[in-house]
Amino acid sequence: MTEIDNIPDPEDTDWSLIIEAQRSLLDLRLGELWRYRDLVLLFVRRDFVAVYKQTILGPLWYLIQPLLTTVTFTVIFGNIASLPTDGLPQFLFYMSGTVVWSYFASCLTKTSETFVQNANLFGKVYFPRLAVPVSILFSNLITFLIQFAMFLLFLLYFVLRGTSIQPNWLWIALSPILILIMAGLGLGFGIIISSLTTKYRDLRFLVTFGVQLLMYATPVIYPVSSIPLRFQWIVLANPMTPIIEAFRIAFLGAGTVNGTHLLYSFGFMLVVVVAGSIIFNRVEQTFMDTV
Amino acid sequence: MSTVISVENLSKNYRLGQIGTGTFSRDLEVWWAKMRGKPNPLLRIGDKDHGNRDDEELWALKDVSFRVQQGEVLGIIGRNGAGKSTLLKILSRVTAPTSGRVKVKGRIASLLEVGTGFHPELTGRENIYLNGAILGMSRKEIERKFDEIVDFAEVEKFIDTPVKRYSSGMYVRLAFAVAAHLDPEILVVDEVLAVGDAEFQKKCLGKMGEVAKEGRTVLFVSHNMAAVKQLCSQGILLNFGVIREMGPVDEVINQYLDIFNRTNNVNLLERADRFGSSIFRFTKIQLKNSTGKVVNHIASDEPVEFSIQYTSPETKPLRNVSISIRIEDELGQYVFTLATEFTGNDFPELPSSGVIVCRVPAIQLVAGEYMVFLWCAINGETSDMIENATRFYVDQSDVYNSGKYPVKHKHGIFIVPHSWQQINPFTLDQ
Repeated sequence: MTEIDNIPDPEDTDWSLIIEAQRSLLDLRLGELWRYRDLVLLFVRRDFVAVYKQTILGPLWYLIQPLLTTVTFTVIFGNIASLPTDGLPQFLFYMSGTVVWSYFASCLTKTSETFVQNANLFGKVYFPRLAVPVSILFSNLITFLIQFAMFLLFLLYFVLRGTSIQPNWLWIALSPILILIMAGLGLGFGIIISSLTTKYRDLRFLVTFGVQLLMYATPVIYPVSSIPLRFQWIVLANPMTPIIEAFRIAFLGAGTVNGTHLLYSFGFMLVVVVAGSIIFNRVEQTFMDTV
Repeated sequence: MSTVISVENLSKNYRLGQIGTGTFSRDLEVWWAKMRGKPNPLLRIGDKDHGNRDDEELWALKDVSFRVQQGEVLGIIGRNGAGKSTLLKILSRVTAPTSGRVKVKGRIASLLEVGTGFHPELTGRENIYLNGAILGMSRKEIERKFDEIVDFAEVEKFIDTPVKRYSSGMYVRLAFAVAAHLDPEILVVDEVLAVGDAEFQKKCLGKMGEVAKEGRTVLFVSHNMAAVKQLCSQGILLNFGVIREMGPVDEVINQYLDIFNRTNNVNLLERADRFGSSIFRFTKIQLKNSTGKVVNHIASDEPVEFSIQYTSPETKPLRNVSISIRIEDELGQYVFTLATEFTGNDFPELPSSGVIVCRVPAIQLVAGEYMVFLWCAINGETSDMIENATRFYVDQSDVYNSGKYPVKHKHGIFIVPHSWQQINPFTLDQ
């Protein structure tokens, strides 16, 4: 150990790490995230394995939740309130909406808790903080695929019973993109909120409540076609609307959506993800000083 | 020798107001009050107003520069709040500096991370992988070291049991085993932050010594001067976020003790939290070592002198004065009392001001911080009494000449000289 002199060090080049005050806004260190991919996978595994340990029904809960919601919606909105369902069987209509919506909703709620839930971990050891929200996307994706498989089984049951349903194969081929947009929207909004909750804890309550309200602003329990034409733009401004409608048109053959709507959602998603990453990147460097 | 860590003009400031009140509505309230020129409505009476004012800054580190060479064991010492932990936090990238930079060669790992990220529902095996990945190991690396880790932790039988069923000892062993097998180029140990488990702390120190012997670099933060002296070759003394001294560890430690002794020398007359008739008032208490130097650190087997200065409003001599010094541990538990009454040394007559000295051949206490309680009675009536009149530190010293030290929470508070001998039973019978 020596005092620093101002003579440049000849071996000043091969540092493996430089810790500095502020990195540039767009330096998201995605390469580093890639190096920690094993960690992302282990987080996914942890979330998936740990959730239903010491429960009697275990992974069955993945199916029970959307099933009960669908039954409730069918009874209340379908039978009591008699909302239209684009001419589709009510059960399938509500189930498609619920399953798709809950992927977005759980991505959003869980990523929004990134900093607050992991403060203890983040306070002790460094790893790319983005590993946490990214792993949440994947563990929720597994849940989504299980629930979606259940939906397909019910769809098959209805078809075998003689209900006429015309799936749209072109839209079905687009479904990976639909999932990507949902994941991106959930992630983007989630990390923006999680960054803000490091300062304002109020937002946590707003999230649970807000996501519930947002569901009613999204065509989960009603089709876009049931809304008077001059008001449709309000619902279509919601980037989640085209996703839900696209899933319905793909697998059930009825929905109000076109390529422009989808492009709009995609663009919206890009903006939210980039904005979210920048804010998250800013906050992750110093948030330990504020919690 | 090459430089592995280069810290250049590193500063970190915490803006006290920046933290806000934690809720948006409260922040709004404070902001609205400020806009109308009113004082902060959430401030408790008597508090200083530092709500969101920009000039309230705390420099945890200010313009700190130093270099660490490969294979060096560097001790970082300083009082609480000197900036030691902030420095380590920046080095382990938990928080970012405000300005300046640190350049590092090789992987940094810190032993304060033990057990972070363990999930109680997962098995030992799953947790080894998860924890290893959190600490920055790749899956392949963990696989290669897996058996070694399990061996080290001695948990083979329970490796597929959820860790919530582990005993706390097993849990710590497993957690430590993972961290110990990281093989970093630079190891950071914060003894101040480490959990209070003695066994574990010993393991940490052992691992540190081992790592140092292998020629890797170690940064060690501690309050335990004996450990710093023993393990480190170089030292840095931080004080209020600035480097006060750096160089060979002995010099740095001496400097540290000097600062400590100087700051702990308050006039007792300024203390209002006292009790008694005030005919007699303690004005100062000092500890002096065998050379007569005023100190705050003493060794367990070193002679020490308690020097008490007093004054009195009376002009005539004080009669029948009884004085006692009670030693308490850092938690306020009574340890022992030195009293004129016990030794039959009550003063029949004392001048109205002067100095009283109490000599102890050896304090015989284990390492730690102790407080002094002073009491004086005149004619059996309490005339002055001060809690926590001063604090002093007993340093570890090799009382038994064996290199073994008793520690407080395991062996008790006293170090009593003793000897052992084997006696022939037949000699006993006769």
